[in-house]
Order: sequence, then structure tokens, then C-alpha cells
Amino acid sequence: MRRIAVPLLTLFIGLCTWSSEASAFCGFYVGKADTKLFNKASEVAIARHDNKTVITMANDFKGDVKEFAMVVPVPTVLEKEQIHVGDPAVLKHLADYSAPRLVEYFDENPCRRYDMLQDRMGAMKSMAPAAAEAKRERDQVLGVTVEAQYLVGEYDILILSAKESAGLETWLTDNGYRIPAGASSVLHSYLKQNLKFFVAKVNLGEQAKLGLTHLRPLQIAFESPKFMLPIRLGTVNADGAQELFIYFLTKQGRVETTNYRTVRLPDAQEIPLYVKDKFGDFYRDLFTQQVKRESERGVFMEYAWDMNWCDPCAANPLSAEELRGLGVFWQDNVGGPQRGRSMPMAQSVFLTRLHVRYDAAHFPEDLMFQETSDRSNFQARYILRHPWTGTDECPAATAYRQQLRDRYEREAQTLATLTGWNIGEIRKTMNIAALPVGDENKWYQRLWKN
Amino acid sequence: MGLDQLKTQLSSLDPRLYQIASLSTLLLYGLIWLYFDISVTQIAVTIGTALLTQYAGTRYYNLSAFDPKSPLISALSLCLLLRTDHLAVAALASFIAIGSKFVIRWKNKHVFNPTNLALVVMIGSGLGWISPGQWGQVAWFGFLIACLGSLVVTRAARADVTLAFLSFYVGLLFARAAWLGDPLTIPLHQIESGALLIFAFFMISDPKTTPDSRTGRIIYALLVTLAALYVQFGLFHPNGPLWGLIACAPLVPVIDYLFQDVRYSWSSPSNGSPPVYTLCPAACSLPLSQPRRFL
Repeated sequence: MRRIAVPLLTLFIGLCTWSSEASAFCGFYVGKADTKLFNKASEVAIARHDNKTVITMANDFKGDVKEFAMVVPVPTVLEKEQIHVGDPAVLKHLADYSAPRLVEYFDENPCRRYDMLQDRMGAMKSMAPAAAEAKRERDQVLGVTVEAQYLVGEYDILILSAKESAGLETWLTDNGYRIPAGASSVLHSYLKQNLKFFVAKVNLGEQAKLGLTHLRPLQIAFESPKFMLPIRLGTVNADGAQELFIYFLTKQGRVETTNYRTVRLPDAQEIPLYVKDKFGDFYRDLFTQQVKRESERGVFMEYAWDMNWCDPCAANPLSAEELRGLGVFWQDNVGGPQRGRSMPMAQSVFLTRLHVRYDAAHFPEDLMFQETSDRSNFQARYILRHPWTGTDECPAATAYRQQLRDRYEREAQTLATLTGWNIGEIRKTMNIAALPVGDENKWYQRLWKN
Repeated sequence: MGLDQLKTQLSSLDPRLYQIASLSTLLLYGLIWLYFDISVTQIAVTIGTALLTQYAGTRYYNLSAFDPKSPLISALSLCLLLRTDHLAVAALASFIAIGSKFVIRWKNKHVFNPTNLALVVMIGSGLGWISPGQWGQVAWFGFLIACLGSLVVTRAARADVTLAFLSFYVGLLFARAAWLGDPLTIPLHQIESGALLIFAFFMISDPKTTPDSRTGRIIYALLVTLAALYVQFGLFHPNGPLWGLIACAPLVPVIDYLFQDVRYSWSSPSNGSPPVYTLCPAACSLPLSQPRRFL
């Protein structure tokens, strides 16, 4: 029996000058938080402009592909040309480019220049062929119409419409789809809203012929004023909360949810150096803390940036070809920016990355979006600041060493607040107690020091 | 001082003071706790421009005295709702809001609610946007209580149109959910929007832009509701009530012609004569004696 593995994931639905030499950002990029950190994570890329939408649905299905099936509500009956199989590498590139990042600074010798932050630029890197007569009759009795049937890449695709949800549910069960209990009322609601159902499963013969061992992302293109992702089927019978990463590629500006709070994650915080080796754990716990802070009802912005550049770059910006592969149809300049040129071609693509942890209790309604005219940049960026460890002696160096312990304490507290980790453990790991104690006299004691 | 005395004293205050206090508190809460995407500079520019425009309009049209309360309410509403990257857009929105009161008029009433017009122009032109989902439950519920409280304490003049609109709008959302077979959590979630509250308590209730008679106002509230829901579920566009109100505002003269009543005025605020029949007996039985907003 086939299983609905990605129970409907998903669906419908200041400008900066750049030069290859200059950068306003200090610090080296040292690490990023991978989407694989999170269990049960789905990834969706949505390219949208003027009601024209291309959705790329990533597939990280791990089990037997015979078990795989996907049911997605869509606003229109899709033609074969509106369905496409994408390149997983491009989606991976998009995820890497927009991932939360860790950067590091190195303090300079305070004796040389007390104002020690040196600007360093982040380097710019770069189903069945013919249905039997009896089956058709059965379909008619159930009120389910197979509007279209296609073979696209390794996928068998069906577009279904139905008169009522019970018939659709029976049809899906009859045809080997395991529908979670409770899905019926959600199917009913979607049918009343005149949605069609896009059903995909893997054609094993085609998959073998193509020599693929993994499932590639499915893409659909359609035109609809609805700018939303139907998450309700995914919450039916779900075992705990699910993670969803949504990447929006738009022309005008940032995308946000209109029916849930879109919240920026805390950014540009200085954290202890030892986090470098456990940035994944750090980010996962930080995210969980933020989810709690928003009473589990928030949608979080991890990245919002003009696709032309990045600073620092967790990965190179996507090329025009890659963007086209993700559905960016409004760029005339197919050639894209030339690497090494001092001024890139205007790409007119703005990327918004949202991360949501959802369940039925806190996200009763599908996610609704709007594109805003906001082009201000945002990135979830965390900072490691290495102390100067030289042995020079001068008044500035003495003062510098004395404030280090306070600085470490601040970093420890920031880390505890952001992640909920135990402050005592953090201090122990940082070995703050072993640091030389600064001048702990009060200001008035120093004033009238004997 | 007894409770009755306190109530009497509060009732004798200009209701707009109460409104300014609740809007300001909400804005502060939004800034500090909800991280509203608005800078202190933008707030200053929005309020400053509104007051200046009001002052200029008062002088130009030789009105009796400059009163900062109404423009302050409009400006605070704009601060709560309008988002933009540019200070000039914030200033322009304030200017359009207050300026429209003096310029776009029909038979001595201004046609559009100032905040509503400015917001629609800004989001329609793509210069700014509204983030209707940014409120969260705590702020929404707190603000709802404050708004309902203000109706009771100030005995607002146009409570009927507010309550009628909310009844129609919420009722139809629940009816839609019942038709779709959706759980009640969905319509409850849909009404949890701060923008909806500001709309119901501060925009549609503007006595100068609503019909003169109570029957007219109830009909008006129904029309605005239907237009809002059409924008939301027919055109799949956010901010349905704002578009609904702007679309229905030009109908006010027609409704006034069909249901004639005493024109709202400064010196003798009136709620219109009792209706022959009413769609909303509960709302209409509220004691209503004082003006809520003017000009």
C-alpha cells in the first residue's frame, strides 16, 4: 500500500550597491545551519510575480519509493507542460545560500590600535496508461474525475477533481493511498473551495530507466491570485510538529504571512567561541526558544536579501540559469551576472526564506502570504569574536585584558538567553572562572584609592 | 470618589482622549514587545505631518480652532498599520489622510475616512504595505477589550455601525466555516487581526463619513462587510475591509438620500432618529449620546 509520505505539503498558491571589492561587513563566514538539522523538514521554493507562480517541492523521502505518494491541492487543472521535474542541486544551493550563518572576528593588538575591529570583506565565492471501463464507472459512482494523467520524469501524475470528499477519500483508498484518519473534513473544505488535487507517485520503471536513486523535486507552474500554502492536510494525524522551509523568489520585495506573525530571528549576536564546533545544536535550540517565545504561532524569517549579492556569503548567489530552474521567469537576461565583473547585472530577484514549525493546534489555517515592497536586507547571523592573545604590555592592553572577562560573561548570558542552555554549564565550558579577574573595585573605590 | 462619579467624569471627557491613549499604548506595546517594523523617526514624521496638515487646513479654510486630536488619531492608526521603507512615504500618507478631509467633500461631509484613504492609496500604489498578521493573541485581545471599553465608557456616537459591521463580518466568517465544514478555530483565527479592530472601531465608525440615519448605517455596515468578504475570498486579496470601505464610501450620499435624517454636526451631535426597524437591536439599544470623531 502506498503511503502519503509528504501529506500535502504544500501549496498554491535597501537597495545595496555591490562591488566585488568592497564590503561593509566585518568577519569571515565560518559555518551555516543546514536544513537537515531539523526532523521532518519539508522545503518549498515559490517563484511568483503577477499571479504567475512556480512551486518547487523538495523531496527528502527516505523510505522505499514504492511507498511514496504526494497529494497536493492545486487551484487549477494542470496541463502536462505545467509540471516539471527540477534539479535537487539547485534547491540545495538555494538552501545553502540563505542558511543562518556563523562569522568570526579577530581582535587586534590593542597596543597598536585600540579600536581593533578590522573590516574584512566576506569573500564573494563564489499512473495506468488506460483505465479499464469498469474502473471508469467506479470512478463515476464515487464522483471522482481523473482530469488528467501524465508521466513526468520518474513520476506518475494525476489531476483529480471530485464532487464530494467521501468519494475522493474512497477513491484514494481504493487506489492504494493511505489517507490519514481525519483528512476527510479537510478534503471536503478544499473541494468546496474548488481546488483540484495533484497526486504524484513514483513510476518505478521510469526511475530505473533514468538510473536515479533519489527523488527529484517536482515543480508546478500555474496562474492564480491565491498566494498560499495549504498545510492543513499535513497536520492531520501528524505525529508532532513539522518543519517547513519556504524560499520565495519575488521581483518586488520581501514576502510575509498575512494570517500569522512573521518574526525576524535574533541576529548579529556575539556568542562564545566554543559554539563554532556545535553551531548546528546552537541554531536548533535557538529556533526552539524563539518558537516558544511566540507561543508556537510564529513564522520566522531567516533570510531576506537581494539575490545579487550576499555578505558574508554562506554560498555563492544563484546564477540566472539556476534561478530560471526554480521558476524565475521574469528575467530577460538569461546570461546572468558575470563573475568577476565589478557591477553585476541587475537580477531583480529578492529572496525571502521563512521557517515555520507547525501543528494543527497552533496553525489551524493554511499559510497566506503577501509580497511587500520591503527590500531591506536581513540575515540570521551570529558572531564569534576571538580575543587578542599577544603579550605586549601597555595601558591599553591591560584595560583590554580586564574587560575580557565581562565580555565572556555577556556572551555566556546571550547564549543562555538565545538557546535556553544552562548558564552554569556554559560558564564551565568557557572556563570563565579561570580568567584573570579585572579591577573589581567600585568606581568610588578607585577614585579615592589609597 | 465613588465608581459612579468616576464613570461620570470619564464620560464627560472627550472620547478621543480615550482613543488616543489606547492607540498610543498599543503602539508602544507593538514597538517594544512585538517588534513592529516602524522606527521612532517614522512615527515622528507621521504625527508631525498630520498635525501640520491639519493646522494648514484649519488656517486655509478659516475654521474656528486648531484641534490636534483627530489628526493624532489618524496618525496613530497609520503608525499601527502602514509599513514602508521610506520616510517620505510615511509623510505622504499622513498628508493624504488629513488633506483629503478638507478637499474630498460632498455636501459638507468628507467622503472617505482619512486613514482608510491613505492606506488604500499607499498599498494600491505599492509604496507601502500593511502587515495584518503581526499582532499575536495577547495584543489583539487586550486591544479588543480596550476598544469595547471605550464604547461603554464614552458612549460613542457611532457604536451602532461598529457593532453592526462586527456582527455581520464575524457572523459571515462563521457561516463560511460551517459551509466548508471547517473547525471553529479557523474563523476565530481569521478575526484575530489588529487591523480588523482598528478598522471597526476607528475607521468605519467615523461619524462624518457614515450615513446620517441609523437604518442607513446598518445597511452601510452590511454593504462594507459584503465587499470586504468579496475582496478576501473572491479576489484573494488581503486587507478586505479597507478595500470594502473605500468602495462603499461613495454610496453614503445615496444612502443619505434614501434614508434622510439629521446631519451629524459639531454643536449638536446626533445619532439620527430611531429606526423604524433594525437589523441589530442589541447594538442599537446602547445609550448613545456623545460624538466620537469629527471632521
